Amino acid sequence: MKVLVPVKRVIDFNVAVRVKADRSGVDLANVKMSINPFDEIAVEEAIRLKEKGKVTEIIAVSIGPAGATETIRTALAMGADRGILVKHEGEIEPLAVAKILKAVATEEQAGLVILGKQAIDDDCNQTGQMLAALLGWPQGTFAAKLEIGDGEIQVTREVDGGLQTLALKLPAIVTTDLRLNEPRYASLPNIMKARKKPIAEKSAGDYGVDPAPRLKVLEVTEPQKRRSGAKVGSATELVAHLRGVGVI
Amino acid sequence: MAALVIAEHSNAALDDATAKAVTAAIQISSPVHVLVAGSNCQGAADAAAKLSGVEKILVADDARYAHCLAEPMAELILSLAANYDAILAPATANGKNILPRVAAKLDVPQISEIIEVKSPDVFRRPIYAGNAIQTVEAKGFKKIITVRISAFAPVAMNGNAAVEKIAASADPGLSRFVGENLSRSERPELTSAKIIISGGRGLQSKENFALIERIADRLGAAVGASRAAVDAGFVPNDRQVGQTGKVVAPELYIAVGISGAIQHLAGMKDSKIIVAINKDEGAPIFTIADYGLVADLFEALPEFEKALGV
Ligand SMILES: Cc1cc2nc3c(=O)[nH]c(=O)nc-3n(C[C@H](O)[C@H](O)[C@H](O)COP(=O)(O)OP(=O)(O)OC[C@H]3O[C@@H](n4cnc5c(N)ncnc54)[C@H](O)[C@@H]3O)c2cc1C
Repeated sequence: MKVLVPVKRVIDFNVAVRVKADRSGVDLANVKMSINPFDEIAVEEAIRLKEKGKVTEIIAVSIGPAGATETIRTALAMGADRGILVKHEGEIEPLAVAKILKAVATEEQAGLVILGKQAIDDDCNQTGQMLAALLGWPQGTFAAKLEIGDGEIQVTREVDGGLQTLALKLPAIVTTDLRLNEPRYASLPNIMKARKKPIAEKSAGDYGVDPAPRLKVLEVTEPQKRRSGAKVGSATELVAHLRGVGVI
Repeated sequence: MAALVIAEHSNAALDDATAKAVTAAIQISSPVHVLVAGSNCQGAADAAAKLSGVEKILVADDARYAHCLAEPMAELILSLAANYDAILAPATANGKNILPRVAAKLDVPQISEIIEVKSPDVFRRPIYAGNAIQTVEAKGFKKIITVRISAFAPVAMNGNAAVEKIAASADPGLSRFVGENLSRSERPELTSAKIIISGGRGLQSKENFALIERIADRLGAAVGASRAAVDAGFVPNDRQVGQTGKVVAPELYIAVGISGAIQHLAGMKDSKIIVAINKDEGAPIFTIADYGLVADLFEALPEFEKALGV
């Protein structure tokens, strides 16, 4: 079974985000970019399935600018087999991404697509569910554990009240939560090897998808700032303050 | 035309998140209808009928909706979609799971986790873990929206909506419920609690969380946690507060042994009053705390409890 793992290039999770003065968006010039942390977990999970012999090939796909090649290389260095870069400059919404991924999954005859549950830039949490809808496949979102059985996959999901386990018919879509695994670091020899792995270059047009956004971003602003308040000397004093303002 | 809100409920009872999503729906379109899909969900349907400002409750009571599986739920919502120009769900695990599936089938974008309705077509939503707020316009197509529940007040429960039973729609039969492991707690829900006390890696162990729990019980508070505390197994996953956990905005949030990473702040920085207890004076949590106590939590928590008196 082939697995498709979409990977997104995003601002590194440790970088402090700055809103542009003209309110058009967030300043991405000269900031560190990385693979979306949830996608890294998705790549790791695909590799573990391959190590267990459940999966034959792992294809990492990224939709983004030329720089997204690096993101694909990260996945290849971890252990993915080959990459596809669908080149696109500028904003692209989850629905258009899902349409491109549908075309790729169909062309590659993937039996499983593992995606991050959300990207830490737009925080949308949509692409996996949308892809499942477009393909007519079942979805196991927010996965904390996976087990591939006979013709189905069991997914334990992080839900509001705890954990829920579902069995999905294959082919299926899985989106990863934080506790699914801890991604490996790529070793130096594997980083070298990844340079020789193939990355095909495509465009949205190759898949017949119009990548134009449908929502119009009117502005991007800073959130309301909170100021730090007073330091208190002891827990007893703290309780007195909280009683004073009537909150306890 | 009309708005449809997908109810969050436990079959027997309605979740507060529904009443908050209704508040957003009223600002977008009218009349507002609420869909209660479940199994033996009369209790939730009866409660929904009291939601103020709601005209009609649609009830789909069938075994196939018992576990809120995305595929049959999406089919049901799609069967109703033609009657509405806006479909909303609270941004709970269920809402986030189901609604994008509906949006994709309708070939429209979804607007995730709105925190404000500026006009029926213009919404504000946080991006980059709440470090920026995006204002987006959605014009010319059906609006599919999830609502960040910490950002909206619930409507009153003094309404009298009509209740209409509807037939179940097709079940694609793609997935099957196997089991669940829900953490049971007598304490309030994180997303509706007035007071939350959260522990982080600084607590060091599951046993030490008792220090937090005792205070929670004294205050009638919910217990939350950082990702580090959940990853370390001190508390179950459903207690995680943050960008990828629960987003909360209680009257009082007490962060104990939590450093204040942006991903944690994303889930609690809209709380009314924030208290931080941390032994590191330089911990970022202090930059947003209204009251900061630089202290060893193993001394501060027992003293805090004692100061609450009997
Ligand atoms: C994609 C992604 C998503 C994430 N989502 C979330 C999320 O939703 N929620 C979340 O919380 N995190 C999230 N994180 C993790 C986040 O970046 C931090 O790693 C995490 O919040 C740290 O938890 P902590 O503050 O408990 O631990 P630490 O950062 O290790 O802080 C522990 C604190 O305890 C203090 N301390 C230690 N001992 C004592 C003592 N005896 N007395 C008093 N103070 C003490 C220390 O001074 C320190 O400040 C996410 C990370 C990523 C990459």
